[in-house]
Amino acid sequence: MSNGKKLLACPYVIWSAVFIIIPLCMVFYYGLTDKSGAFTMANIAAIATAEHAKALWLSILLSLISTVICFLLAYPLAMILCNLNVNQHSFIVLVFILPMWMNFLLRTLAWQTLLEKTGVINNILGFLHLPTLNIINTPYAIILGMVYNFLPFMVLPLYNVLVKIDKNVINAARDLGANSIQTFFKVILPLSVPGIISGITMVFVPALTTFVISTLLGGSKILLIGNVIEQEFTQTGNWNLGSGLSIVLMLFIIINMVATAIFDKEGTGTAL
Amino acid sequence: MKAKTTLQKLYISLIFLFLYAPIATLMVLSFNASRTRAKWGGFTIKWYISLFDNSAILQALYNTMLIALLSAFFATVIGTIACISISAMKRRNRAILMGITNIPMLNAEIVTGISLMLLFITLGVKFGFITILLSHITFNIPFVILSVMPRMKQLNPSVYEAALDLGASHIYAFFKVVFPDILPGVLSGFLMAFTMSLDDFIITHFTKGPGVDTLSTKIYTEVKKGIKPEMYSLSTIIFVTVLILLFLVNMSPEGKKKKEHK
Repeated sequence: MSNGKKLLACPYVIWSAVFIIIPLCMVFYYGLTDKSGAFTMANIAAIATAEHAKALWLSILLSLISTVICFLLAYPLAMILCNLNVNQHSFIVLVFILPMWMNFLLRTLAWQTLLEKTGVINNILGFLHLPTLNIINTPYAIILGMVYNFLPFMVLPLYNVLVKIDKNVINAARDLGANSIQTFFKVILPLSVPGIISGITMVFVPALTTFVISTLLGGSKILLIGNVIEQEFTQTGNWNLGSGLSIVLMLFIIINMVATAIFDKEGTGTAL
Repeated sequence: MKAKTTLQKLYISLIFLFLYAPIATLMVLSFNASRTRAKWGGFTIKWYISLFDNSAILQALYNTMLIALLSAFFATVIGTIACISISAMKRRNRAILMGITNIPMLNAEIVTGISLMLLFITLGVKFGFITILLSHITFNIPFVILSVMPRMKQLNPSVYEAALDLGASHIYAFFKVVFPDILPGVLSGFLMAFTMSLDDFIITHFTKGPGVDTLSTKIYTEVKKGIKPEMYSLSTIIFVTVLILLFLVNMSPEGKKKKEHK
């Protein structure tokens, strides 16, 4: 009986070995060898060259800013959604998943139309006699694109933990004389840490590694580390260098994963 | 108190404006008579008509839908079967397998994309429909597992054993007793996988071959030349269709009953 059940895992174990583990090993193999197949650290050291280091630094900076903005926007939103008494988990999830049915590239491109010098937003601002906004093709537009695309990934985990907090715990804190600010910092915030961690991961990793948002909203002049890697694979054809830079990128993701593992010991995955 | 709720409603509305403004923009653009995005040239429905003559877009739509459907289906089957087994595993094995499951979720899509690209190159697989499909199944399985697993944990194992004691075969007991209980998780996993596959660009970008396009990759190649307005009308049709379907599901008597039940 239990042997039969164990065998059921076979398709998935084989699948993940072939399509997850082996491909990752190949990234390491290519990243640590040169074109002739000899071992080298040059591809990883290449991150230190001015061009690559600048791209990596800009990626880290923009993704950190986007993550902070997402968190600041999402936390109050998640709290309001919890208090709405909608009591319909699926509906709230749906509202944030629904935009995905319109293609992600098109949605991001639509921001071009909205942000352009003579675009919709500037027309409205002009009508109100406010100064115009010229952020298209600047890092600010990239941040906006990141926040726009990844905000749902911050809202959903936060909402999932906040909705599970026992109302009695909050009432108890209030009964014991805590004001609403104390209740928030001493009770609600600590209890929502798993959601915060998971939200940060879900926003930071895709923002750090994107090459699409910078291509669409940053003009062609701003290079993020994602753009550099993408070019190595699809244009220059230097897979070894591209893999080497990917390994550097993965270091940041691993740091993130370790942090997640420490805070989310249950392994429940609050992401969904 | 009242001012507070008004403020809250205002905040939610602003966020929703932010999330849905680009979608509204695309819908408006689909009725724009001018070919460029920058200028409003009057109302027209001609892009909706010419859409059906644009075989390249229709082929990309067909590919996208077929890949989404097949990858979601295979991911659901493999993922659900894996869940049955994982839930019966010892703690350590379970932790290892769930850790592996988390890799595609936590890893950067660009790394997943290039790693699969390197795999297919090494194995000498011809890039095309099959490579996209295999890649989509790979990144979809974790979504299924993470949505079925919580349901699996809630199951009472005695029910399954009782069914066996009463003479049911393993397969019969599974479909009669276990499956109905995990079905909501399976369905939401399928839907999630379908949506993710539909919206994917990055992994498809690295694993597609010449001549095979999904809507995403087609849009990406059109970005520099200028997006064909038919793309806007197609997206509008897809979005409105999904919206109506969801509305009907939520409004149907069955949907209402479910809500009350919850």
